[in-house]
Amino acid sequence: MYTLSNRLKIVSIILIIVGAGLWGTSYYSSHHVTIDNVKTMLAEEASHGNHDVSHAAENTHHNDTDASHAEAVDNHGDEHAEHVMHQIHNRPYSALYVAALFFMMIALGVLAFYAIQFAAQAGWSPLLFRVMEGITYYVLPGALIVVAVAVFAGDHIFVWMNPDMVNPESDKFDKLVAGKSAWLNTTGFVIRALVFIGGWSLYRFYARKFSLAQDEAPEGDRSNFKKSFRIAAAFLVFFIYTESIMSWDWIMSVDPHWFSTLFGWYVFAGMMVCAITVIALITIYLKSKGLLEKVNDSHIHDLAKFMFGFSIFWTYLWFSQFMLIWYSNIPEEVTYFVTRIEDYNLPFFGMIALNFLFPLLLLMNSDYKRIPWFVVLTGIVILAGHYIDVFNMIMPATVGDRWFIGMPEIGSILFFAGLFMLIVFYSISKQPLTAKGNPFIKESEHFHY
Amino acid sequence: MEASKVIHAIYNDDDVLMNAVKKVKAAKHQIEEIYTPFPVHGLDKAMGLAPTRLAICAFLYGCVGLAVSILMMNFIMIEDWPQDIGGKPSFSYLENMPAFVPIMFELTVFFAAHLMVITFFLRSKMWPFKNAENPDPRTTDDHFLMELPINGNEAELQSLLSETGAVEINVVDKAN
Repeated sequence: MYTLSNRLKIVSIILIIVGAGLWGTSYYSSHHVTIDNVKTMLAEEASHGNHDVSHAAENTHHNDTDASHAEAVDNHGDEHAEHVMHQIHNRPYSALYVAALFFMMIALGVLAFYAIQFAAQAGWSPLLFRVMEGITYYVLPGALIVVAVAVFAGDHIFVWMNPDMVNPESDKFDKLVAGKSAWLNTTGFVIRALVFIGGWSLYRFYARKFSLAQDEAPEGDRSNFKKSFRIAAAFLVFFIYTESIMSWDWIMSVDPHWFSTLFGWYVFAGMMVCAITVIALITIYLKSKGLLEKVNDSHIHDLAKFMFGFSIFWTYLWFSQFMLIWYSNIPEEVTYFVTRIEDYNLPFFGMIALNFLFPLLLLMNSDYKRIPWFVVLTGIVILAGHYIDVFNMIMPATVGDRWFIGMPEIGSILFFAGLFMLIVFYSISKQPLTAKGNPFIKESEHFHY
Repeated sequence: MEASKVIHAIYNDDDVLMNAVKKVKAAKHQIEEIYTPFPVHGLDKAMGLAPTRLAICAFLYGCVGLAVSILMMNFIMIEDWPQDIGGKPSFSYLENMPAFVPIMFELTVFFAAHLMVITFFLRSKMWPFKNAENPDPRTTDDHFLMELPINGNEAELQSLLSETGAVEINVVDKAN
């Protein structure tokens, strides 16, 4: 039985407070940026000489979301300054949203992974079930926060939430966004989000309930396990649809003109890598405290294999999406990658190194997969890489080339990391760490590679 | 001196065999070879065999495959007969690289897989038309055979092996 140590509690609370402070400061200061500040700033940048290049790049990609931008050649200076001011205002919202999304997807990925273990009747993993159940406790609060941030930010993140975009009278009217308004509207967005969160939480609630009930069940009574199996199978069907739709709604719609048919899978792959990495990290942490003594290095080895495998799977989907769009070079599709390559060159290509090359080379050797500090090291690289992946999904649409990983971003990461740790470890501390009633627990204890 | 007399202990279950191997190793007897109809999980560890170096070969072969594919595509598509790849900036390998990635991947896998199999066959001294080495044809069906060299300790080995649950124990003189 794990007890939530005071040190961990204090560290989490400090993270939350420091994170909230950093984010709050940046939010406050960015909202005091006026159009005159921006003009002065732009004039200073122009005098440094290299502004024309980034300006041109920005024009190409913002024509599609801001239709009025190109027409107004006369007072282009003002228009541009206003545009930049909006980007500066958008940044704290986006930073908060990226971090909220990143941590929520970790928990959601663990929930799917947990359901897969039941549906497949896996024999190696039952020793880790309580760790997984603990992490999935974050799904409900985490997802509600994501939706709350989305609605709070409104058109700071989701341009289509601006009523002018679908108003034919307005000069901001956008025909394509208006055409999609049957799906992309705030009411529908919230209703769909609540349905997804409701479904996920319902599964999480019953899975946990049956898992605990199975521990108390008399010898030979497997009814709770059977119920877990059935709801896991049903949940996985529900999950793969809702996860896809979630990725369109919560991520892809920030660029409302652009779409990719494998985006749901791409998000799923990234989410699974992070999920399995976090399971491995928490397992290693608990093991280092002398708990989970039945977990042996073969379990760590298997988790590391999954980290390795899903990293390659993620790269495969990333490349599949990239190559088709790069090859066909259709203007409305390719702007997505043009923006990322021109304005986000370092995070865009750096993330390939972090998410593909590092796990590939560090975890290729079979022996390294069972060395805890090696898995932790790779895990930290993977988590950093996938944060940047989510960053690259959201930021180009909202802040353009005005990005930086600074106060609002780091503040949001700290805030959600603290919240995540507090909630997850609270849930882990609630129940014994071994799901002793699971029919496969013996097999899991003897599992060896 | 290589012992010419060997003892063949035959088992009909892989779990019994595994336990027998552990007992024989614990009694510090040398195991010459074990013939099994299918790979027995953990047998190499129980016998104390050195870990395989095939994985290192696979990695190196993969690197060779990657290099071959890069050189090949560069020669074919860029140097020898420059191709227009979807109107992309031509005559540069790097700028057309995404189009070559599938081939780079395939050849990496191709080289690693095929050369690894060939290496395995050569290293195991297996080639076409070679006569089978296993001393008893039943080891290709449902029996397991452990071969131990006899160094003047025949009686001791006989009793040890019959204790481990061998269904048959034969003494064979390899010199004949």
